[in-house]
Amino acid sequence: MSALKESSHDQTTEGHAAHHGPSKGVYYAVFATLIVLTWVTSWIATVDLGPFNIYVALSIAVFKATMVLFFFMHVKYGTRLTKMIIMSGIYWLILLLFIVMMDFWTRNWMGVPGR
Amino acid sequence: MITATHPVETKKNYLNAEEGLKSWLLTSDHKRIAILYLISVTFFFALGGMYAALIRLELATPAGDLVESNVYNKFFTMHGVIMVFFFLIPSIPAVLGNFFLPMMIGAKDLAFPKINLLSWYIYMVGGVFTLYVLLSGGVDTGWTFYTPFSTSYSNGYVIAAGLGIFINGFSAILTGLNFIVTVHRMRAPGMTWFRMPLFVWAHYATSMIQILGTPVIAVTLFLLVLERGLHIGFFDPAYGGDPVLYQHLFWFYSHPAVYIMILPSMGVVTEIITTFCSKKPFGYTFIAFSSVAIAVFGFLVWGHHLFVSSQSIYAGLVFSVLSYIVAIPSAIKVFNWTATMYKGSVRLETPMLYAIGFIGLFTVGGLTGLFLASLGMNVHLTDTYFVIAHFHYVMVGGAIMGFMGGIHYWWPKMFGRMYSQVWSKVAAIIIFTGFNLTFFPQFILGYMGMPRRYHAYPAEWQVLNVLSSAGASILGLGYLIAIIYLLYSLKFGAIAPPNPWGATTLEWMTDSPPIAENFEVTPVITQEVYTYSAEEVLHVV
Repeated sequence: MSALKESSHDQTTEGHAAHHGPSKGVYYAVFATLIVLTWVTSWIATVDLGPFNIYVALSIAVFKATMVLFFFMHVKYGTRLTKMIIMSGIYWLILLLFIVMMDFWTRNWMGVPGR
Repeated sequence: MITATHPVETKKNYLNAEEGLKSWLLTSDHKRIAILYLISVTFFFALGGMYAALIRLELATPAGDLVESNVYNKFFTMHGVIMVFFFLIPSIPAVLGNFFLPMMIGAKDLAFPKINLLSWYIYMVGGVFTLYVLLSGGVDTGWTFYTPFSTSYSNGYVIAAGLGIFINGFSAILTGLNFIVTVHRMRAPGMTWFRMPLFVWAHYATSMIQILGTPVIAVTLFLLVLERGLHIGFFDPAYGGDPVLYQHLFWFYSHPAVYIMILPSMGVVTEIITTFCSKKPFGYTFIAFSSVAIAVFGFLVWGHHLFVSSQSIYAGLVFSVLSYIVAIPSAIKVFNWTATMYKGSVRLETPMLYAIGFIGLFTVGGLTGLFLASLGMNVHLTDTYFVIAHFHYVMVGGAIMGFMGGIHYWWPKMFGRMYSQVWSKVAAIIIFTGFNLTFFPQFILGYMGMPRRYHAYPAEWQVLNVLSSAGASILGLGYLIAIIYLLYSLKFGAIAPPNPWGATTLEWMTDSPPIAENFEVTPVITQEVYTYSAEEVLHVV
């Protein structure tokens, strides 16, 4: 109980830190990176990487999303509570993907009669 | 115990602090927004109820003689979409949560009052989309929008309906966000986490589900719209997709959505039982954490909706076990409520009748859920009326009984008027009777093999179907009586005292109806929330 109370207090003190966002330079740098990566995504789509097509495209997309999250959405400068909420969202996404894949991976373990 | 001795107060309250339509449509007062939601969800409840009446009318005879099958498909789809997304999910959080969560923790408003108003407007825009679908000819996919029917074969307004729900989802997300931030940041001095009323804990857990789950249904329906509109393959095998993937994504949200409906209701019931037993809830901590446990485990059981799909049998086994586990925190609550009532000074006022009704009906709904969580039994019962009966016992018997109980419990606080105790008890008993007559025969019909979503059935099932349709009429009558005496009370009801039920939570320590700022001075809490003794519960400075 006391821990929860303390965390509530921490949010108040950290709340001031949350107002400090990135500088203009960082914004422009992130923006430029996102533009370049968009171009890379478009270009890489014309290159046949075989089974790696999807992995490369998704990796670029995840990196771009992370940049947006950290800098444009100020998570890098946010409170611990904000980060915890973001992490719980990511954890839930992993949970969704993992359990769905659990179905796909094991679907053919048991043979289908007549096939 | 209800008296009408207080003189009519001329004091300003949130209802008369400002006047005119504009003051309501642009309000940022959480109490007024709650009233806007109350009017809106009641409208959608009536609309969804109308479709339920049409369904039961069609099923009163074995032949499909009232409407054709494709029209019947639209009836049950619109009934499900409206009731689930536009009534059940927002009902308690957006109305009672909005109104009372800030008051219960001693706050003057929610953390983001304007976002609160925005969430109502978003809800209404989503509702307008749904009304457009309804007036244009409806949608026939069932509220589940299963692919590939919804993406490739349905000739209904799937895209508009999907967008309506997609938009509406943001309303739920914003409400959940507002509640979580409010609980973290807006508690009054001395209001520690374990002094918070259990209604607040229930809404905190509900908000977690809303924030974590709702984006998934929004994205899923958006993917569905993309596939139907632009033929981008996600779910249709013809485009390289997998229809079971749709079911996974849909139920990842839609099963926890059941807990979005039921958890707030559980919070309401806890408040009612402790008040009308004048007794501290048995196992406060267990009830609080069981809400969180339900929210967490509720996310891990969605696969039991897919037992008869091509889902892996091994995944099915895991989901089956997890589905049994989620029953534990629910059972903890039921045992704790009954233990609270044990040797309590039970007063059978109208809200308490609904709370007791909730316990019984939710228990039946929950236990029949275990039948469906069982892999073998599920194969027999899937897509039968047993499933219909089960989830109506949870959603109507649970969520709506809680909503009705909460409305009756807090009505004096919301509007400063008492309603007829006689008529309200009569209505509660009629609703309980009508509900059971409607849905209990459906358990038997389902067990006998009557499938859901058909407008015709063999003649030997008519007796049970007529019983069910008759029960629906009685249920509808009960709701109608409730609406009449509640509206009547607004003008002619006795003036309500600040705390007519002898409750201990903070909202009862201020006027009925409350002033715009909720409290004249910020309350300072010095004791546990449920202290039924002669001692002062809180010290107002």
